[in-house]
Parts: sequence; structure tokens; C-alpha cells
Amino acid sequence: MSTHAWILLGLFLAVLLLTVKPLGTYIANVMDGRFRLAGKIESPLYRLCGIRPDEEMGWLKYAFAILLFNALGALTVYALQRLQADLPFNPQAFPGVSPDSAFNTAISFATNTNWQGYGGESTMSYLTQMLALAVQNFLSAATGIVVVIALIRGFARHTAKTIGNAWVDLSRVTLYVLLPISIVCAVFLTSQGVIQNFDAYQEVTTLEVTSFDNPKVDEAGQPVKDDNGAVVTEPAQTQTQTLAMGPVASQEAIKMLGTNGGGFMNANSAHPYENPTPLTNFIQMLSIFLIPAALCFTFGRMVGDTRQGWAVLAAMSIMFVTLAYAAMHFEQQANPLLTQLGVDSAAGSMEGKETRFGIADSGLFATITTLASCGAVNAMHDSFTPLGGLVPLLDMQLGEVVFGGVGTGLYGMLVFAIMAVFIAGLMIGRTPEYLGKKIEAFEMKIVSIAILVTPLLVLVGTAIAVMVADGRAGIANPGAHGFSEILYAFTSAANNNGSAFAGLSANTPFFNVMLGIAMWFGRFGVIVPVLAIAGSLAAKKRIAVGAGTLPTHGPLFVTLLICTVLLVGLLNYVPALALGPVIEHLVLWAAQ
Amino acid sequence: MKTLLRPAVSLFVLLTAVTGIVYPLAVTGIAKVAFPEAAAGSLIVKDGKAVGSRLIGQNFTDPKYFWGRPSATGPMPYNASASSGSNQGPLNPALVDAVKGRIEALKAADPDNKLPIPADLVNASASGLDPHISPEAAAYQVARVAGQRHLLAADVKALVSQHTEGRQLGVFGEARVNVLQLNIALDALR
Repeated sequence: MSTHAWILLGLFLAVLLLTVKPLGTYIANVMDGRFRLAGKIESPLYRLCGIRPDEEMGWLKYAFAILLFNALGALTVYALQRLQADLPFNPQAFPGVSPDSAFNTAISFATNTNWQGYGGESTMSYLTQMLALAVQNFLSAATGIVVVIALIRGFARHTAKTIGNAWVDLSRVTLYVLLPISIVCAVFLTSQGVIQNFDAYQEVTTLEVTSFDNPKVDEAGQPVKDDNGAVVTEPAQTQTQTLAMGPVASQEAIKMLGTNGGGFMNANSAHPYENPTPLTNFIQMLSIFLIPAALCFTFGRMVGDTRQGWAVLAAMSIMFVTLAYAAMHFEQQANPLLTQLGVDSAAGSMEGKETRFGIADSGLFATITTLASCGAVNAMHDSFTPLGGLVPLLDMQLGEVVFGGVGTGLYGMLVFAIMAVFIAGLMIGRTPEYLGKKIEAFEMKIVSIAILVTPLLVLVGTAIAVMVADGRAGIANPGAHGFSEILYAFTSAANNNGSAFAGLSANTPFFNVMLGIAMWFGRFGVIVPVLAIAGSLAAKKRIAVGAGTLPTHGPLFVTLLICTVLLVGLLNYVPALALGPVIEHLVLWAAQ
Repeated sequence: MKTLLRPAVSLFVLLTAVTGIVYPLAVTGIAKVAFPEAAAGSLIVKDGKAVGSRLIGQNFTDPKYFWGRPSATGPMPYNASASSGSNQGPLNPALVDAVKGRIEALKAADPDNKLPIPADLVNASASGLDPHISPEAAAYQVARVAGQRHLLAADVKALVSQHTEGRQLGVFGEARVNVLQLNIALDALR
């Protein structure tokens, strides 16, 4: 790895860690209702909505509220996409989106996945982008955060029946955390060149005339195919370039901050209008990890022992640095097949990367976006070297708990922490406890469900897709890489990441439905069990620390936690990874 | 359930209004006032006509211009209303063929060039709209462009240096040359 890459990684981690305490403290204050302006803003809001802020909810009611709120979101996104042709702010006159694609996208954005089967700038009207998609960027992020806050309350409270009021929590996170930071980020992004307007697409006259093969279309607008099924083209020329426009900066800011990742444009954060400079790239990477890192401190603060939060953050940081090193290292290796042709190998693997980002800023971004369940991309993961592409896959397969999505990462990690103390308890033959709460059979059953739901969706989904013709039809690259494309799709969907090996043609009824199902259950199949654990923990008595209590703030526990995450991830996925990227790596280096 | 329905619907509508209407309009307002040129797309205007954007690359195949990154957008390269990468995996024969073709085109335009072939000049960018090439990729083309335009290589080289940006703030990203701006400057030389 180059010196530049080490400096970048070190700088990133240093700046991130500086933000943890102030932001974590702020979030804790906001969620505990200690934010001073709150009363003036909230009382009229609650009166209007018929919310009684001091009426707290048990876990089941909390879960119903969250499900209902997110179902409403999904329905709205679906409806706006279907009806966009008849609604305003559609300067390019895009037609309504097809039912299966709209279904997939509705679930995708409601579950914080932001998997995209469509190309943004050629499909969605400005109204759909801001009123359907950007709104879900806020609300799905808020959902993740309130669920982890509820779980933290489960640890912090004792002999309690309730874990908070979902409506109050959702309002506070959205209005005091997500919105203000987004405004600052969006304005900064515009200053660097991210566009923000409602103009029609801008036509410019290029310096040179471009000659190209234009696909022939029949009267119905369908491409004409010859007898072999190949698309018929005719030579064409143009000196016009049509620049996609739109309110990009406002969407970009929350897309990163809420670990959503759904690009306004098809090329996502590789598009110069979404991510114009290396500095915007750094700010985008920082916004992805900002809240997940700060929530660790919020956790420590709310359970009354900040060391607990730092321990979790330490485990996350150690895994992050290791994986980031791997991604940047493997992408620095040039493709040996191209080196043979005389291509300079010093620049590394440049297929699907932008010049302004190069290897280090692309490899680091790929690690951050896949660890954090964000899914934005500034380089095309499908063109990564085999092992460079294995890293993003593995990042997601660890369960999106290394920083992870906003809220989702920490609650996932706390589920693994319960698993870790359970394993430690088995070793020494004592009832496991975590943060003064006894971990019993009920918690362990629920923890098992929460941990196993996603691998089940990923592996069964992948198995079905490679067995049926509709699944195999989507593959773009031959050989083991084609299998990786499908594995990546289901890994990304079930873990609510949203990035892709984007060569896969996933905008088909088969993939839209299959991945839609994976996203929904990968999200709420974990949220509901987590809230059940929260309710069960809140009801328990707090037990005093004794001589046999495993301290959960030291290096021993950090090591134990890392091992648990790695063990579960590897046990689930090593066979699948061996069939995809590992084979591809061996073939590539044998082929030269 | 019924007690949840009213808060759910009304809170959803209100938060939608705040985050989906007020927020983007507020950001647009601020951007229009503070950074009007950037918010509108960093357009390059010549004689009152938009000829491109500082941030969006254009297709160049004429030997007298500097060439940019290969673009995988369809149906034409550098289609700025349908950004896309090639998504070709490292073992894909189509990738090897495409790179071979690009090397041949470079060699055909400049048979005497013995410099190593810069990777970014033969590998497609992620967006298909990359406005930049590496300084190495620019250096590779200096002799060809100078020859085609009957200019001194040193003059072309100086122009390239003028259009080369280093790492941002010294640490972020990579050094790069903006191809469209460089080519516009070349045309302005005569």
C-alpha cells in the first residue's frame, strides 16, 4: 500500500474519532429530551399529529409503530413512481415506472438499502427523487437510529415495561440530527460543484463530432433485433451532449449521512455532478461513518459507562483498518492480462475508476460504503480485481456491524456482543451477563434468529437464482465472476447495503421481486427481534458486578467480540466465497 | 392498531413535507445565492453558448486533441444523461479485447511512441464521464498533439502543466489534467 493510502486512512480515522464524542453526546441529549429548543418545536407538532409524548410504548407497540410508518413510506414511494408522468417537476417527461421495478425501489428505499435496478437520471422525475426517494433517505435512517436507541434503553433501564415512544424518537432524530447536518453538508457539496437546480437537462455543443452505432427502434420504441437476437444498429453522429440536471446536492447529503447510498445518477458517487472533487469524496466518506461511530458513544453515555461504547468502537475500528488495507492493497495490483498487453502496471487496476480518486480513494470508499451498509459507490466494484472485489462482499457478509448502517450497525454489533458474552459464559460455566443484565434462553433464541436471518436470505436466494434461467439470464461476466455477481446482489439486498456488481441486469421481474423480498425481511426480520430483546432486557432486574463478571470494556472483550463476528461471518460464507472471487483469483493468475 | 394510525399518517405527512419539500427548496435557494455557477453545472460558456461543463468529460478521437478516458456509456460515449461504467470483470475477454483495441488506436495515431501505456488511457472510467486523465496520460500524448498541430512539444507541455492540478489540499485524491479545458486552450492557441 502506498504512503498516500496510509496517510489518507490515518487522516480519515483521526478526523472521524474527533467527531465521536461531541456528536455522540449531542445525540444522547436529543434522544433523552434534553435539547433546549425541543419544546417549542415539538408541542405543536405532537398536538397536530395526536401524539402523546409522555405515553411510552412496550416493545410490541413500538415495533408495530415502526412497521406501520415504514409501510406507509413504501406505499408512497411506489405510488409516486407509478404516477410520476402525471405529476409536476418532470422536465424530461419520464413515464411511470414499471410495477416490478417500482415495487423493488419502494422496498429498497424504505429499508435503507437503496439497491437500484434503474438508472436515476434516465428514469426518475425530480418530484420522485425528492418527495419519494430523499424523504425515505431521512425516514429509513431515522428508523434505524430509533431502534438502536430503544435497544440501548433496554440495557439502561431495569424492571421497566416500556422502551420509549416511537413517534417522539422518530421526530427528534429527523429534525435535530439528520436535517441540520444534511443542510450543512449539502451547501458544502454545492460549493465544490455538486449541482442543485430544477432546470431541464442542459444541451451543450461539444468540441468534436461523436460517431457511434445507434440501436434501431421500431414504431413501438422497441429495439430491432436480427435473427441471432443481436440488436441492429445504424451509424449516427452527434455534436450535442445532454447534461443531466436536478436537485442533487440536497439528496447527496442525506444519502451519505443516512447510510442510504441511492444515487441521483446511475453512476452514483462516481458521477462528477455527485462527487466532483477528492475533497467532496472525503466528506462523503466521513458522512457515512459519522453517525454510526457517534452512536457508540451515545450508547456508552446512555448506559452510564462510556468505556462500554469505546470498546465497541475499538472492535469496529480494528476490523475497519484491516479490511481497508486489504481493499487498497488488492486494487493497487494491476490486471496481469492487461500488463501483458503493455499497459503500465504502476497505476494499479483502473478499469471502472475515476482519475481524480485513483486507487486509494476508491479502495477506501469501497470499504467504508460496504461496511456501513451505505452502498454508494465511487468506483465500479464489478471491475475490481478478484480479491479487491472479495473485500466489499465480505464487508457486507460480516452482517453490516462494523460501523454498519445508522443505528443498524450498532444494534447488530450489540447482538454480536450478547453472543460473545454467551460464548464466554459457556467457557467458564456461568450464566452470561452484559451490562448488568442476565442473558437467558429467551434472549439467546432471539439473538440466533437476528444473526441467522440474513445469511439464510443470501444463501437461499443465491442458490435459487443460479438454478433458474431467469436468474442466470442477468449475468454479465462469464465464469466464476458471474456467480459472484448474483452472490453480491443477494448479499447486498439482504444486508440492506445497496451497492452492486452492477453488470448484473437486475431490472427484471425475477430479480426485482426476489431482491425486494430479501431486502424487506433482511431489514424487519432483524428489527423486530432486536426490539423484542430490548423489551425483555428492560423488564429485567439489574444485577451487581461480581468477581465472576466478564468485564466488557477491556482488550479481552474487544478480541472476543471481533472473533465472534469473524467466526460467524466466515462459517456462513466461506464456501460461497470460494466458488466466486477465490476461484476467479486463481484463474486470473494462472492465465497469464 | 387504531391508536397508532393517526399519529403514523400525520407524522409521515409532516416529516415528508419538511424533508421532501422545505429541505430541498431551502438548499436550492442557498445554493442559487451562494454558488450559482456550481449549482447550475459548472458550465463553460463561449460566445454566449454552452460548450460543455468543467466537470463532465467529452469524447475525443481526433489525434490533434488530447484524448480522455474511454467511456462505456451507451449508445454513444460520454452520454451525460445515462452515466455508466463498463462493469467488465478482470477475466472478461471483452475487457481484454477492448483494451487491445484502444492500444491499437493509440499506436496507430502515434506509431513512434515508446512510452509505457498509461492505465487510465485504456481503461474505462466509472461514470463514463470522467473529465480528467492522469499527468502520465497527458505526457504520453504531448508529442502526437504537438506534431499534429505543428507546435513545439515544449509549448504543449507547458500548456499541460498549466492545466494540471495536484492532490487537493496536498492529501486528497490524485493529480489530474482536465481534458476538455486543455483542448479548448489548445484551440485558442491559434
